[in-house]
Amino acid sequence: MSEILLTLALLYAQITLGLAACIACLCVLRGPRAQDRVLGLDSLYVIAMLLFLVTGMRSGSLFFFEAALVIGALGFVTTVAMAKFLLRGEVIE
Amino acid sequence: MNHLADIPLWIALPVAFLVVAGSSLALLGTIGLLRLRLFYDRLHAPTLGTSWGIGAIVLGSMLLFSWLDSRPVLHEALIGIFVIVTTPATYLLLGRAALHRDRAKGSANLPNAAAEGADPPKETAEDTVPD
Amino acid sequence: MGRLVPHPLLSLALVGMWLLLTRFSPGHLLLGTAIALIAGRAMAALKPDRPRIRRWIPALRLGVVVPWDILRSNIAVARLILTNGRRGTRRSGFIRIPLELRDPTGLAILSMIITATPGTAWIEHDRKSGVLILHIFDLTDEAAQRDEILRRYATPLMEIFQ
Repeated sequence: MSEILLTLALLYAQITLGLAACIACLCVLRGPRAQDRVLGLDSLYVIAMLLFLVTGMRSGSLFFFEAALVIGALGFVTTVAMAKFLLRGEVIE
Repeated sequence: MNHLADIPLWIALPVAFLVVAGSSLALLGTIGLLRLRLFYDRLHAPTLGTSWGIGAIVLGSMLLFSWLDSRPVLHEALIGIFVIVTTPATYLLLGRAALHRDRAKGSANLPNAAAEGADPPKETAEDTVPD
Repeated sequence: MGRLVPHPLLSLALVGMWLLLTRFSPGHLLLGTAIALIAGRAMAALKPDRPRIRRWIPALRLGVVVPWDILRSNIAVARLILTNGRRGTRRSGFIRIPLELRDPTGLAILSMIITATPGTAWIEHDRKSGVLILHIFDLTDEAAQRDEILRRYATPLMEIFQ
């Protein structure tokens, strides 16, 4: 009973997050302006992180957590660098 | 899937609920990102995913792994804390960048509250000027 | 404390984080403590402004109020996106809030709260005049929403840090 419930819930989450990742990619491609693309990329990172967490829950392995942490850190640095670039035109002042 | 087999229902129910709710919030966030027209409106949509979207999935994962390992597994909370601390920095910078670029363009769609001293331009709900 | 442990809270948080990332064992406790102490000394060498928490009760209350408010606005914004903004009648806009809060840590925490809440976005803060520009996703009553932010978050933060 609980196995079916959890399997279904995790499958639903994987499909939903996959769909969300596709939509975020679409936002990155569509723009229209640079800040929209950065916003799309940032949400793509967050969704990838969630997808890793859910996949880790499904396979019962703790290693996905570390991958998720790395994605989160990289996503933060990337978005800050790009936003900074939009703000000033250069990353390091 | 054998590790999911011997989980009691009282753990499985909240975990399933949290995971479903979190992923739905993340999806809604991106749908909002796609459908809203103004950039400043779009800035609100992904916060659905970065607040309780992440919060719910992290809580669910903590519950599940605490049961599987029969010890409190709290390290997922680090992801939650990390995201809570970092997202404001990114969105704050993005908001400022957008405002800066709109002001630099002399721009049409800034309402008076944000245009600072410039004569009040009309608010048009269009953000489709490509760069 | 003083010279040996210049930033006790930071060092404690680092030890906690180290133990969360590894399995608990005496060796890791020792290694984590050493790293946390070195990091605390390094932080002291940078001479940051030291945040001072003056009152703990409003801080604890804020720790309960904020997740609850974020949950409520999550539901509200999700519903607005699903119903296409009450069929097109939703109006968003900028508001200006004059803040009396001047403490940098308090302002940083306020920006975290406001940005983490779906429905409000921190756009700009002028340090000299203390005026904050926010973007509100669902602008219904400007004065009431301004008062709510001041009353729920800015005033407790002032009690905590000033």
